[in-house]
Amino acid sequence: MYAELGQYAIILALIIAVIQAVIPMIGAQKGWNNWMALAVPTAQIQLILLILAFSALTYAFVVSDFSVRLVAANSHSDKPTLYKITGVWGNHEGSMLLWNLILALFGAAVATFGNNLPPALRARVLSVQAMIGVAFLAFLIFTSNPFLRLDPAPLNGQGLNPLLQDPGLAFHPPFLYVGYVGLSMAFSFAIAALIEGKVDAAWARWVRPWTLAAWISLTLGISLGSWWAYYELGWGGWWFWDPVENSSFMPWLTATALLHSAIVVEKRDTLKAWTVLLAILAFSFSLIGTFIVRSGVLTSVHAFANDPERGMFILFILAAAIGGALTLYSLRADKLKSASVFSTISRESGLVLNNLLLSVAAAVVFVGTVWPLVIEFSTGEKVSVGAPFFDLAFTPFMVVLAMALPIGAILPWKRAKIGRAIKPLWGALALSVALGALVWSLQTGGRMMGPIGITLSSWIILGALADLGTRARFRQIPLSGSLRRLRNLPRSDWGKVLAHCGLGLTIFGISAVTAWEVEDIRTAQFGESYNVSGYTFTLNTVEQIEGPNYSSLRGEVSATKGAESLLLYPEKRIFNVQQVPTTEAAIDMGLTRDVYVVLGDLQDNGGFAVRVYIKPFSNWIWIGTLVMAFGGLMSLFDRRYRVAAPSRKAVPIAAAPAE
Amino acid sequence: MRYILVFLAFASAAFAVEPSEMLDDPVLEARARELSKGLRCLVCLNENIDDSNAGLAADLRILVRERLTEGDTDVEVVQYVVDRYGEFVLLKPTFSAGNYILWFSGPLLLIFGGIGAMVFIRRRSKAEPVLGLSDEEQEKVAKLLQD
Repeated sequence: MYAELGQYAIILALIIAVIQAVIPMIGAQKGWNNWMALAVPTAQIQLILLILAFSALTYAFVVSDFSVRLVAANSHSDKPTLYKITGVWGNHEGSMLLWNLILALFGAAVATFGNNLPPALRARVLSVQAMIGVAFLAFLIFTSNPFLRLDPAPLNGQGLNPLLQDPGLAFHPPFLYVGYVGLSMAFSFAIAALIEGKVDAAWARWVRPWTLAAWISLTLGISLGSWWAYYELGWGGWWFWDPVENSSFMPWLTATALLHSAIVVEKRDTLKAWTVLLAILAFSFSLIGTFIVRSGVLTSVHAFANDPERGMFILFILAAAIGGALTLYSLRADKLKSASVFSTISRESGLVLNNLLLSVAAAVVFVGTVWPLVIEFSTGEKVSVGAPFFDLAFTPFMVVLAMALPIGAILPWKRAKIGRAIKPLWGALALSVALGALVWSLQTGGRMMGPIGITLSSWIILGALADLGTRARFRQIPLSGSLRRLRNLPRSDWGKVLAHCGLGLTIFGISAVTAWEVEDIRTAQFGESYNVSGYTFTLNTVEQIEGPNYSSLRGEVSATKGAESLLLYPEKRIFNVQQVPTTEAAIDMGLTRDVYVVLGDLQDNGGFAVRVYIKPFSNWIWIGTLVMAFGGLMSLFDRRYRVAAPSRKAVPIAAAPAE
Repeated sequence: MRYILVFLAFASAAFAVEPSEMLDDPVLEARARELSKGLRCLVCLNENIDDSNAGLAADLRILVRERLTEGDTDVEVVQYVVDRYGEFVLLKPTFSAGNYILWFSGPLLLIFGGIGAMVFIRRRSKAEPVLGLSDEEQEKVAKLLQD
């Protein structure tokens, strides 16, 4: 019964989305207020309907109703309740329902909290948002219906992929989706701006928080996925340049660029057309990511051709959205004129460089990701593009970005004297080069990666702190005065410093673990000790244990170094339903190193294969991304977004006091 | 996301390089590991044979080690594998005419984008600040003046 209710709800949501897409747009063109006003209730009703549908599906999973085909294919009555719930989006149909739910959530949020938006702009934004909704609801209903019944219902389900039965991965998709779909808001605002032929500081002030919210979520989602890969897959890799990862990384890079260019629009009323283009591109990459992941085109072009229905549908959405948006852009972008002047050495120029590097980096990832498809389509040959390519082609842009970042961030707006502006940075530069040199002299025959990474990361972090010091007029006025100034700095300034420090920390973690990781693979005999990187390891026992829905071989490995003594329990699990083995690495996490132990198979001579890694500073990769996301959150709660955005009439010059 | 798992399912089972496969000579073994990281496991999605625990990846790892013990150079080993399995096994595509777009798109975009950005910044630094009225406002003024 409730499955039919859910079915009914999504069909109704589609009909309402069509109304929301058409009526308010006509209203905005003609200036009919009541037609425009219709956008608000329709957006809200859509959200209610999709919550209803999502609840219905969740209920079916929780009570294990195997008469619903999706539940039978992806769940099992023995599964822990948490994973029954997360199993709702652990499959194609359910995840597309979640996609639609989040889309409706963003639309309803603009409808509900957008009272300070000019009515015509709000109507157009919500109308564009509803067009995206129509496309994806139709996709859901006609190609990926989650509510199909199965008759007769099987006695039990086929279970969820064991790898998904993990908290890190269970919550990875919702974060990613909030990020992907959140960028639709920037897209809708961009299209509305093109239709109106007008972008101003107020527009940027509305777009930036939505993009920021999406970016924070995307940052967290990507981090969760990478952290999951690190501890779950059993060799401690954390980024694989896999097409699926790339398809979340491209929107992230573009959204990062967009966040920075939107600041220029807001504060300096220039870079408008470019910002609108970035908003379109950021969401386009989200759509391309969805297409790449959902169409199966990855496995091979042939897999796509064998079951083309879903792929063709998304490809059509993709073509319509991106093609339509870019056509509109080419027709209207010249309306978006910039008014302000700035000199070559200025914050504006710094942000242009930031945008250039991030966009080119995103383009490199894009070309690398689709290259195998391009080659297969054009010549029929198969090529691979993997980590070695991306390491080589992508990293240089990030190195240049890291070098330029502290300078661009400290330059004043409009025009600057380079010598004077970067004066506070000389200390940071000297210190970071010294740190790099120190590390270089200490390491024995290691790679240059370590020293370079240390120099770059400390340059970014110390540079951000120097920026903060300048803002507080540290050592120019009494300390108490500096502290007061620090406390009174706008939250967005704190957000900027934190986000940049986070990037520095992530770069530090990446280069440290890449340069200095130590690995040991061997057959360990029980009770026999061996030495890896100063730690003495001993395999004590291996025993069989039973989990709720799996059985497991669990080893006990002791590791000692000086006074430090660890006991680690790596496991090999076999899940009862799927009979798929998974490894559960035992990791002793720490700020300076992770000790990472994996249990392998029984060997002929009675020992067990054991893999041991010492991974220095690896956790800083994710501490860094968390700090980045937290910086974003600080910016999101900046005062200027909380107080009413200025009305359009009062915008340009006196925009600062926004009461 | 879900699809990552489909392929990771291959990888997750146990671990890739087994102690029994490893060479006694640490220098040769290190070369084998390095080479393995650039070779694709053919039945996996974008995974190298060093990380994969698919059977075929194990065969390839052993093959690489056999060639190394025979005295092949790194280039010869890779060529040997490519001759048998095609360029598909290379995770880093060759630097050849067919792949120029792939290799050069980044640098070219940077150059063209950089030129575009320079032109834009130059124009902004020379432009007069627009202090005049917008078209709309001018229309209004004209209307007011007429009245």
